[in-house]
Amino acid sequence: MLRLPRLRYLRPSSAREAASLAAEQGELAMLVAGGTDLFPNLKRRQFEPEVLVQVPRLPGIRRDDGHFALGATVTLAQAAADPGLRAALPGFAQAAGLVSSPPLRNAGTIGGNLCVDTRCNYYNQSFEWRKSIGFCLKKDGDICLVAPGSPRCWAVSSSDTAPVALVLGATVELAGPDSSRVIPAAALYRDDGIEYLAKQPHEVLTAINLPVEEGVRTAYVKLRRRGSIDFPIAGAAVALKLDGDLVVSCRIALTAVASHPLEVPAAGEFLSGKRLDQESITAAAELAAKPAKPLDNTDLTHFWRKKMVRVVVEQALAAAAAQSV
Amino acid sequence: MTADLGSIGRSFAKLDGSAKVRGQAIYADDIALPRMLHCRILRAQAPHARILSVDTSAARRIPGVVAVLTGRDLPIRFGILPVSQDEAALEEHKVRYVGDPVAAVAAVDEETAAAACEAIKVEYQLLEPVMTIDEALREAADEPIQEAFSKRADNIHRMVSYEFGDLAAGFAAADLVREDVFFFQGNTHLPMEQHSAVATYVDDRLTLWSSTQVVHYVHRALSRVLELPMSRIRVIGAAHGGGFGGKTDPFAHEIVVARLAMLTGRPVKCTLTREEVFYAHRGRHPTLMWYRTGVRRDGRITAMHLRTALDGGAYGSYGAASVFYTGTLQTVTYDIPAYKFEGVRVYTNKPPCGPKRGHGTPQGRFGIELHLEKIAHELGIDPVELKRRNFVKPFSRAVNWLRVTSCGLEECTAKVLEASGYAARPRTVGHGMGFAISSYMSGAGTAIYWNDMPHSEVQIKVDRTGATLYCGAMDIGQGSDMVLAQVAAEELGLEPRDIRLVTADTDLTPVDLGSYSSRVTFMAGNAALEAARKMRSLIVTAVAEKMGVADLEEIDVGGGRIGEFSFEEACVIATTKLGALSTTGSYKPPRIGGPFKGSGVGPSPAYSYSAAVVEVEADARTGLVTVLKVWIAHDIGRSINPLLVTGQVEGGVYMGLGEALMEEQEFRKGLHKWPSMLEYKSPTFLDTPPIETILVETIDPEGPYGAKEAGQGPLLPVIPAVNAAVFDALGVWVDETPITPEKVLRALQAKAKGNPPRHGPKGFPAVPYPDPIRVEPPRADDLRVGAELEAAFAQAPQD
Amino acid sequence: MPSGLDRDVQKAVVRLRLNGEEVELLLPVHKTLLEVLREDLALTGTKHGCELGECGTCTVLIDGSPQLSCLVLPLQVEGRAITTIEGMAAGAVDHPLQAAFTELAAAQCGYCTPGILLAAKSLLDSSPSPTRQEIQEALAGNLCRCTGYAKILEAVELAAARMATA
Repeated sequence: MLRLPRLRYLRPSSAREAASLAAEQGELAMLVAGGTDLFPNLKRRQFEPEVLVQVPRLPGIRRDDGHFALGATVTLAQAAADPGLRAALPGFAQAAGLVSSPPLRNAGTIGGNLCVDTRCNYYNQSFEWRKSIGFCLKKDGDICLVAPGSPRCWAVSSSDTAPVALVLGATVELAGPDSSRVIPAAALYRDDGIEYLAKQPHEVLTAINLPVEEGVRTAYVKLRRRGSIDFPIAGAAVALKLDGDLVVSCRIALTAVASHPLEVPAAGEFLSGKRLDQESITAAAELAAKPAKPLDNTDLTHFWRKKMVRVVVEQALAAAAAQSV
Repeated sequence: MTADLGSIGRSFAKLDGSAKVRGQAIYADDIALPRMLHCRILRAQAPHARILSVDTSAARRIPGVVAVLTGRDLPIRFGILPVSQDEAALEEHKVRYVGDPVAAVAAVDEETAAAACEAIKVEYQLLEPVMTIDEALREAADEPIQEAFSKRADNIHRMVSYEFGDLAAGFAAADLVREDVFFFQGNTHLPMEQHSAVATYVDDRLTLWSSTQVVHYVHRALSRVLELPMSRIRVIGAAHGGGFGGKTDPFAHEIVVARLAMLTGRPVKCTLTREEVFYAHRGRHPTLMWYRTGVRRDGRITAMHLRTALDGGAYGSYGAASVFYTGTLQTVTYDIPAYKFEGVRVYTNKPPCGPKRGHGTPQGRFGIELHLEKIAHELGIDPVELKRRNFVKPFSRAVNWLRVTSCGLEECTAKVLEASGYAARPRTVGHGMGFAISSYMSGAGTAIYWNDMPHSEVQIKVDRTGATLYCGAMDIGQGSDMVLAQVAAEELGLEPRDIRLVTADTDLTPVDLGSYSSRVTFMAGNAALEAARKMRSLIVTAVAEKMGVADLEEIDVGGGRIGEFSFEEACVIATTKLGALSTTGSYKPPRIGGPFKGSGVGPSPAYSYSAAVVEVEADARTGLVTVLKVWIAHDIGRSINPLLVTGQVEGGVYMGLGEALMEEQEFRKGLHKWPSMLEYKSPTFLDTPPIETILVETIDPEGPYGAKEAGQGPLLPVIPAVNAAVFDALGVWVDETPITPEKVLRALQAKAKGNPPRHGPKGFPAVPYPDPIRVEPPRADDLRVGAELEAAFAQAPQD
Repeated sequence: MPSGLDRDVQKAVVRLRLNGEEVELLLPVHKTLLEVLREDLALTGTKHGCELGECGTCTVLIDGSPQLSCLVLPLQVEGRAITTIEGMAAGAVDHPLQAAFTELAAAQCGYCTPGILLAAKSLLDSSPSPTRQEIQEALAGNLCRCTGYAKILEAVELAAARMATA
C-alpha cells in the first residue's frame, strides 16, 4: 500500500494562525485543505514537507450584493450543488461538478482546486518511477523531460474552476500571519510549471469572490477521456453578455493548455459588438486556440488536443449563448 | 429418475455473495497473522542492465528490518511453461524491464520495508534497451534480453509456421486476393485487487494464501524454486479480487514471501502496489498482423495466409502458446480450405505479456473480422452476408484439425441482427453499426505441462451431516463454485446451497488446472457431474434395497428426497450399508489435435460462439467515438445459471469496449508511460453503454448438461465491431486498437487527401519464419477424437 | 531519505464515530483512515486499489457522503460519523442494497463492491428514486472491472424500488 511519509500535522483554529504556523516552519511546511491533490503527491514523494498545516474550516457560500463569496474550504460537491450558484453562475458550478469524481469532490475544496498542483506525466509518478527516468526539473531533476531544451518546467495547469474564476473577474483573499489581502484571481497564477502560484507559500487562500453581473452567462466545457475521474486535457470557460444576439462583452479562458489558466482576451475582444453566430464563434475560437500550447505530457496527443481547443471554446460559447438569463 | 432439470438452468446468486456485500470475504491482503512481517520488493530501475553489485548492508541496519533477500537466495528459475523456465523470483545478474524484481525486504511494517528497499544500492551496467518489435527482430546491440535462452543473435523468442492444405491452389482459385495489416495494442487486466500473498512456515510446512487463479501452478513453482516437496506446501486461494488471466502465472512475490517466512519463522505478507501490478502484467500482447486472403466472387474464402508478430515483453510466460493463439482459432469460425499461419514472438524490455481474457485470440479476431469487412466492401457484398457465407458448419473439422461440435454461430448472428435492427439501421453520417463474430475454447485441450492425467478432479463426500464437494478450481468472481454446487445438487436432488464447497486448497482439494482458459464449468463441471452421479448411484442403490425396490429407475431423486426418504435419512441408510461415502470424478479432454507438432494449442472439447452488433456515434470533427449500445448473442451450449452467464457476457463486453476505445499500454524512455489507474483508462459507469445479452443454447454433446464457456468469448467480437461501426459512421478504417480520436481524424485526413481511408500500421516487418510444417487437412466430416483418432494417426503415413 | 523514516512519528489520540460506535485510538497522525480501518481496527471490508484517489475502491461514508479513505487523515474526520461496509447492514439484516447486489450477482470478484454499495447508499439516502443517469453519475468515481456495471445498475434500481414500497 502506498503510504504518506511521516509528518507532523497541525490544526490551527484560524486561517491567520495557519499562515503563521506555515510561515514559522518555512519550507518544511505545506498547507492542506481537502487533501485530494496533496496526499497523492505526498505518497509519491513529489513534495517532502515535514509539517502539514490544516486549513481550518472557513465560512461557506454567501450571496452578497453583486457577488458570491465562497469560503475556500467549500467542497467542490457543495459548490456544484448550491442552488444559488447554479442559477447565477452555472459555469462555475459546472466546473466544480466536473472535477474528478463524486467521492473526491466531497473532500476536495474550491481553494484546493484553484491551487491544484500543475501536472505532467513525467512528474505525477512514484518516486521509484521518477528515479528510473532520472527525475525532472519540477522535482529532484535538472531538465524538463517534455522539452529538454527548455530552461523551464512545462507542467500543466489542470484546474477546472480557475478558468471560470478568471473570466468572471473573480478575486481571491489571501491570509497572511498578520494581514489579509485581496487580489484578482488572475494574479494568483504564474506561467511556470514549478512556481505556478504567485502567493507566498504560507499564505492561506481563504475565499474566492465571484462577481455576479446582470445578464452575464457563464459556461465551462471540459474535455477528458472518460466521463469521470480524469483531469481536463483541454477546457474552456466563457462569460458572455449579450444584447439580443449582439455581444456586449465576452471573456474566454482556457485550462490544461499551459502552466497557468490562460485567458485569451483577443478572442473575447474580437466578439465584442459582433453578432454571435456560427461564423463569429468559429473565428473567436480560432483566436482563442492560438496561444494554447499543449505538449506531450498529459493524456492523448498534443496534436489532437491543440485541435480540440477550438472545439471546446466553440462549445462553451454556444452553451453560454443558449442559457437563459 | 430426474425428469426435469432441477438446479440446472436456474439463476442462483453466488455462494459467496453475502460475504462480499458485507465486507466479510477475506482477500489475501485482509489476512493479518500474529507477528506477521511485511515485505516489499525492490524493482529494477533500468529497462535492460547487468547487475554489477547489490549492497544490502544499509538496508539491513535499519531498525525493524528482519530479513533481506537478493537473487543469490533464490537462484532456481521458474516459469509457467516447461519450455520457458526463464524467470527468477529475484534477478541476480541481469534485469530485463523496469519493474523486474531484484531484492526483497521483510520488516516489522510496510513503511520500514519500503525504506529498506530504498536503502539497497544496486550498481547497473546499462545495456541497450529493446522496446519495439522492429528492434527485437534486429541483431541485439549488446546481447539478447534472454541471453541464456536465445540461440539467436536477435530477440526472437518463438516462431511457428504451418501450412494446412494447398495454399497455392487456393489462391489460384480466387477471384480476388486482398492484403491488410492491423495492429492490436497491448493492454492489461487491471484487476481491482492488487496481487497479494501471505506465507507461514510452521511444523516444517509452508502455507501460502494468494490471490491466484491457479493454486496448482503456484504450488508447482514454490516446490521447484524452494526445493520443497509439494507435500510440504499448501497453497490456498484467498477470496479473489479479479484476475482476467493476470493471476495465472506464479509470481515473484509469492515465492519471495514463502522464502522469507521460512527464513524468519514468521508470517510474511506482500501486497503489490498498483504500479507493481502494471509490472506483474502478463496482459495482452501488442500484435502486428498481416492478412492475405483469396476469395471467390461470391465471397467464399479459398485461401488465407496470416502472419503475426507479438511483442512479448521480457519473459516467456504463456507466450509460446500465445503466439499460436493469434492464428489458430480463425478456422473454427470461418471455413478456410487452405490456411498458412506464421507467427513470431519477440522479447522486449517491457513487463512480460501473457494471457488476458481471450488469450492471443482477440488480436487475430480483430484482424480477420476487419479484413473480411474490407473484402466484402471491395466485392460489393454486405459484410454480414459475406461472413455468413463462410461460417463453419456444426460438427465439422477445420483445415487445421480443430474439431467443431455444437455451433450456434448462425443462430447468434440472426438473433443479434434482429435485436439490433442492423439491416434497417439509419444510414446517417456520424452514426453507424458494426457486426462481428467470434469463438472461444471451453478449456484448452492440452495441459500446459505434459502429462496424461485428468485436467479436473472432483471429490464428493456425503455423510450424516450432508454433502461436500472438493475441487481445486478457484472461484475468481465468475461464480464457478455455484456452478459446481448446481451440478452436484442436480444429481443429488438437493438445492445448490445444500452443497458445501471446498475449493482451491491444495491440502484439501484434488488437483484442478485452475480458473483460466474458460475451463471450469466445462472441465470441473464434467468432473463434478461424474462424482455426483457415482454418489447418487451409491445412495440410490442403498435406498432401493431398503425400500425393497429392484429397479433403481423407480427411485425418484429430487426435492431433497431420495425415494421415500429425506436426503439425510438416505445418507444414513447408505452409510450404514456401505461405510464412508466418497466418490470421485475426473475430466480429461480427448486428443483432438492433428498429427503434427504443435497441434496441442487450439483444440478444445467445445467452442463457444458469439455475435455482436455495436452502435456508435462518431464525430468527424473531433474524432470522438461514443458507443451507444451493444447487442450480443452468445452460444453458451447450455446456460447452467443464466444470471451468472449474463454477468460474464456483460463483463466481457465491457472489457472489450475498454480495449477498443481507450485501454493501452505505452512505453517511453524505457518506462511504462502511465502505471496508474488515473492514466490507464478503464471505462467508468459513464463510459459504458447498455448491453443487451441474448443467450443461445446448442446443448453441446460433451459439456456438462451441454454447457460451454462464457468468460472469454464475448469479449472478442466487440472490438472489431466497434471499428466496423466507425467505418459505417464515417467511411474510414482505424486498423489498430484503441480507436483514439486522433486516429479517427488521421484516417479522415488520409481519405480527404485521396489516400486509402485508413489509419493503421504501414506494413509488416521481414521475419525469418522457418519453412512451414505442411499438414494434410482432415476430411471435414472426420470427427474422430481420442484413441480412435490416435489409432488412425498410427496407420497413416506421416511426414 | 525520501521515505522520511529518519523523522519522529507524531502520535495523537483520535476519537472516531465509527459505524455508530465511539472508538479511541493512539495513532501516528500520518496514517490514512484507510490504513487505520484495515490495520488498526481490522475492518478489512474497506478495500483499496490504488491509494491515490483514482479508483474509488476505498470509499467510506463521512456524515453520509462518500469519500476516499485513502485520502483522509483520521484527525480530519474526528467527531464526524464514519460508515464502512461493516456498518451497512442492520445487524443480521442486509441493507436492501446488499440484498439486491447478492440476488442479482452484482458483486463478481466483490472487490469494488463495498465502496460501490456505500456510494449507492449515499445516493438513495438523498435521492430515493434516482434515474439511471443519476445512478451512473453518483457511482462514476468507483471503477469495476468485472460486471460491465450492468448488474450493479439493476441492483441499485431494484433496491430503490423495494425501499420505496417498504
